[in-house]
Amino acid sequence: MTVTDINGWRFALVGTPNSGKTALFNALTGSRQKVANYAGVTVERKAGVLQTPSGRRIDLVDLPGTYSLRGRSPDEEIARDVILGRLASEAPPDFLLCVADATNLRVALRLVIELKRVQRPMLLVLNMIDIARRRGIEIDLDKLSAELGVPVVTSTAVRRGGIDDLLRRIDDVASQPTTTIAESTWTTPAIADLRAAQREADRVIKAAVGEPARPDTWTTRVDAVLLHPVAGMVALLLLLFVMFQAVFAWAKPAMDLIAAGFEMLGAMTVTVLPEGLLQSFIQNGVISGVGSVIVFLPQILILFLFILLLEDLGYMARAAFLMDRIMGGAGLHGRAFIPLLSSFACAIPGIMATRVIDNKRDRLTTIMVAPLMTCSARIPVYTLIISAFIPDRQVFGILGLQGLVMFGLYAIGIFSALAVSFVANHFFWRESATPPFMLELPDYKLPQLRSVLMNLYQRAMAFLKRAGTTIFSMMILIWFLASFPRPPLGATEPAIDFSLAAMIGHWIEPVLAPIGFNWQISVALIPGMAAREVAVASLGTVYAIEGGKEAAEQIGQVLAGKWSLATALALLAWYIFAPQCASTLAVIKRETGGWRWMIVTFLYMLALAYIAAFITYRIALALGWG
Amino acid sequence: MPTLTAFMTDIDISARADALGTPLGLAQRGFSGLIRAIEVDGDHLGVSAAEIERRLLELGIVEGAAVEILHEGPVGRDPIAVRVNNTTIALRRREAMAILVA
Repeated sequence: MTVTDINGWRFALVGTPNSGKTALFNALTGSRQKVANYAGVTVERKAGVLQTPSGRRIDLVDLPGTYSLRGRSPDEEIARDVILGRLASEAPPDFLLCVADATNLRVALRLVIELKRVQRPMLLVLNMIDIARRRGIEIDLDKLSAELGVPVVTSTAVRRGGIDDLLRRIDDVASQPTTTIAESTWTTPAIADLRAAQREADRVIKAAVGEPARPDTWTTRVDAVLLHPVAGMVALLLLLFVMFQAVFAWAKPAMDLIAAGFEMLGAMTVTVLPEGLLQSFIQNGVISGVGSVIVFLPQILILFLFILLLEDLGYMARAAFLMDRIMGGAGLHGRAFIPLLSSFACAIPGIMATRVIDNKRDRLTTIMVAPLMTCSARIPVYTLIISAFIPDRQVFGILGLQGLVMFGLYAIGIFSALAVSFVANHFFWRESATPPFMLELPDYKLPQLRSVLMNLYQRAMAFLKRAGTTIFSMMILIWFLASFPRPPLGATEPAIDFSLAAMIGHWIEPVLAPIGFNWQISVALIPGMAAREVAVASLGTVYAIEGGKEAAEQIGQVLAGKWSLATALALLAWYIFAPQCASTLAVIKRETGGWRWMIVTFLYMLALAYIAAFITYRIALALGWG
Repeated sequence: MPTLTAFMTDIDISARADALGTPLGLAQRGFSGLIRAIEVDGDHLGVSAAEIERRLLELGIVEGAAVEILHEGPVGRDPIAVRVNNTTIALRRREAMAILVA
């Protein structure tokens, strides 16, 4: 929280993972935040201001989900330190709102019993009470409160009016004068304490909760298929395949529309502006540069839509269950599946999501291989080259050859991530310390449309902002490099041959020639360091300036005429591995706390990229595709 | 007892199983019963036995709770998804060996 009223009340939301704590936080503060089902998604500190019915403003902190105050991961340590008032930067909360999933009280009540020892005033919030009632779970609130010695209130975070009771209770609490808080008697619970607390929780449940004979049959029935050893794996693979086909097929109309729009804009500048440097800058530098990146927005949105829906549904933890042994063979933890799957959208959120992995080595391995997963920024590069060089043909009657190549590129990315982590575990870590895989599989819940759309909107804005800032400034740089110095009067060669870009390109070309890259590619790779997709725009700019006005619009056709198939395939191979993203490297540095692992990641990826491109190029040449 | 278990061999496990129950890690899908004891027989993959026991307890796996194996993983029937009272927990068979059931 940045603005804190000195005399104001400070409340903290505490709860186990999957208690719906984040949804409740959103409902209370109206803040925008991710709502998901995977255990431990609340990795960052979230704070907001809530307004009670009587108009009081209360600061609310959403603490990371935790099963106890032991602090076995950095997230849980934060939760513990805030509650105990150990953080120097943060005043301890005056009041704890302990959130529990009403359909799943055992684990939550054990946490409540532990929290009581902290001696802070507390309110137990039974969230998702509507689902509990529908399932026939009868909770005697008065009895529960009496047995626990903690006041209890119910809520339904995702429904309008579902938090009215809770707000009234918060108002009651806040209208009392601040009481002096007793000294905490909390100590790290011993095994015996945990056992005793769980037994006490079970006793309370027996006294106050009537559970139905047959609990949630819906989740059980769906899981019978989705967690089936054969059907479940088929479903998972099918899902991934549909995801990537959808990224291609569904996005096409929208992409065509965007491309046509930028084409029109480009044509307009030609009629409005006089021929010369300014026209070249606006048309080739700005419009064709930014346009060739924004055109991929529909694909990125579709991919994120899938990931967000699967998270909110509760499928992500199931995917971890199905993949645990397969990933375990490569030395990765089942929990690494979620960060790695997120890395398909972008390695940056993926790397940040590795915070749910509490073992340091596991986390480090996952961080290092996350950039190998095919992120959405590679899509522009892949799409451009595939559409220019791979014929749009059907194979086996139903599958498009282009989609199949794309699928293959994704598969190689996944395979190499597993291979790298296998090598890391067996040759560098030696005694591999894969901690136990223990994970709650939350009941399936229908995703909240509003929350999914809100998240999707945020992703779109983040992408456009990137396109508008980093990528835009890179485009200007590459246009400048490609345009200056101007060719001498009377020169017959294309203008770009005299430019700085050509000089740089020619300078690094000898290094990249063995893998089939010409100087234009060499030039494009440099700004591509800012963000992978920039390479496409850079190629667009380089070839537009070289080839004239029409070239920028038909970059794919130009490439098909200028490159051999071997070069195109080598570039695809390069892009599977190359550490072509400065922001990813920056995040690795931040998350691992130093330069060391960032440099290691950069170098190993660069080496793999060069080797892969070299082998691909040589094989393609041998096959006569040169 | 905890010091003893550290030295136990496979034969001891079967002796222990007779007294308290069978390890959940050996049970098949469809098994349902009650948790009799939790006894982690040693450190595993760099995690101490005490820590594994704590984590099991924190997920609500405690003596007296009803368990049912709902699902098995696709490779080597591992991990397993276990219904513990009203919660579904996924864990590997290796750790489930510590949960003695009957």
